[in-house]
Amino acid sequence: MTMAVATEAAMKPEKKRWGWTALLLAPSGFWFFMLLLLPLAVVIVYSVGVRAPTGGYQAAFTFDNYLNLPARWAAFRNTLVLAPSGTLICLIIGYPLAYYLAVKSNPRSRLLLLILVIVPFWTSFLIRTYAWMFILGSRGIPALLEWLGIPDVRLINTPLAVLIGIVYGYLPLIVFPIYVSLEKLDKRLLEASADLGGSPFGTFRQITFPLSAPGVITGCMLVFILLMGEYLIPQMLGGGKVFFIGNALVDLFLQSLNWPFGCACAMALVVVMVVTVSLYLRATRQLQGRDVSLM
Amino acid sequence: MFLRGYSYFVYLFLYLPIALIVLFSFNSGSNAAGFQGFSLHWYGKVLDNSLMLDALQNSAIVASTTATLATLMGTMAAIALQRVHGLPRMIFDALTYISIMVPGIVIGIATLIALVTTFGAINSFLAQIWPGDTPPRLSLGYGSIIAAHTLFAMALVIVIVRARIAGMDRSLIEASMDLYADPWGTFRQVTLPQLLPGIVAGFLLSFTFSFDDFVIAFFVAGSKNTLPIYVFSSIRRGVTPEINAIGTMVMVFSLSLLVIAQLFLRRSRQSKAGKSATA
Repeated sequence: MTMAVATEAAMKPEKKRWGWTALLLAPSGFWFFMLLLLPLAVVIVYSVGVRAPTGGYQAAFTFDNYLNLPARWAAFRNTLVLAPSGTLICLIIGYPLAYYLAVKSNPRSRLLLLILVIVPFWTSFLIRTYAWMFILGSRGIPALLEWLGIPDVRLINTPLAVLIGIVYGYLPLIVFPIYVSLEKLDKRLLEASADLGGSPFGTFRQITFPLSAPGVITGCMLVFILLMGEYLIPQMLGGGKVFFIGNALVDLFLQSLNWPFGCACAMALVVVMVVTVSLYLRATRQLQGRDVSLM
Repeated sequence: MFLRGYSYFVYLFLYLPIALIVLFSFNSGSNAAGFQGFSLHWYGKVLDNSLMLDALQNSAIVASTTATLATLMGTMAAIALQRVHGLPRMIFDALTYISIMVPGIVIGIATLIALVTTFGAINSFLAQIWPGDTPPRLSLGYGSIIAAHTLFAMALVIVIVRARIAGMDRSLIEASMDLYADPWGTFRQVTLPQLLPGIVAGFLLSFTFSFDDFVIAFFVAGSKNTLPIYVFSSIRRGVTPEINAIGTMVMVFSLSLLVIAQLFLRRSRQSKAGKSATA
């Protein structure tokens, strides 16, 4: 009898807690369903449809849209070339800065320097890209170069302008994760390596860089994922000449009103992104495994 | 010392464009002719511009509603998820990461076509059953921007608050239970204060994301203008010095938010330190 009462008492709060948990999860679950799963399902369904004569969607079942993807090959090529190279340049420029902040900088000014890296990321992306339209435009650097005797330099609406915009926009994002992993690095390892006759470069290659790999991977992933869907930078600094998949999507949806083909492009973008990200993660995991076994 | 010089050079790269925007916002002439003298002329023009004020108001409404909804729902989910395991947990984790990873432009498109399709069906249904001549019509606007922004912001809050929960001192909760606090009391007096910095950070990040987002709003805004949409279309019409003034004001606003967040987080850290010192 007492046993029964005890189990009943123990059961009741358990049941009540499950009720609470479900209640707490209900709003976010509803949101995920209505605004993520349902819309993505609509995109998949539309991607096998055809364009209605007046634009928009007409029900059908065809893979023509997917077979037609090569028509937008230039957008895919630009994205797949400029997004990885932009990520790589961000890494090359950002790593030394993160290293300086984490290892070499004066601990008293470190926090301020770190905040100064983050602040630009908190200010409007649109305005910061606009600043480069102004700098790279005909009255900016080209005018300065002409004054110095180098005429006819065109910067705006070139791949270089898009790359500059990418590096400017995403540099803060890559510095932070690398800084975090370098800051945790045990400085005694560096001293030990130097004591054992390791050259500065050898120490960096065998100790510092492998140990900062998690930060490098996180930072590269963040930048790369955001770059794959980039629209504003190519639009503003590439001027319709250097366009990404994002620009093709805006064109397909808002100008040519070809929703089914646009949906197929969007699906292709997501698939390409997931495949590249998982390949990259697999490659880096193998690399890390090797480094760990070396140590 | 090469590294230090290099780092200062990177800082120059990061801040020179911003400095140019601020400098030229005080230009008395137009951009094209170089800096001609100090004036507040463009600020006056901006504050007289009813289209821009309208867009600013829309952005403020959208961003504050988004941040509130996302913080509430995200925090609720994060708290509940610590007790959930197995399949439901995996599903929620997957949904959270998909929401963050799918590019904004795809979210914008997907939301647009899903809403247009749904609204079309509902509107024709309403038109049939409505007794009067002018049936109510659903259309894109505040609601659709807020709904789409809240998805990403909510996922962000879930990640941030869950990281905070993972770093939380569980012994305090157990102590509170041992001392016969009821679950609500424990939550209000022990759990919530520990989660607060994460919740505030989530709110501010959501607000900034929503206030700054262009690409999602561009698709689902309908006839409504948000500030980024307004700025984008005026840049398209031609570069005007007014944009420098708007940009400077937006940057000052975001910076003040950042400073407020820092002060708030520091105070909560200090009060926690003070408590543990007296304990």
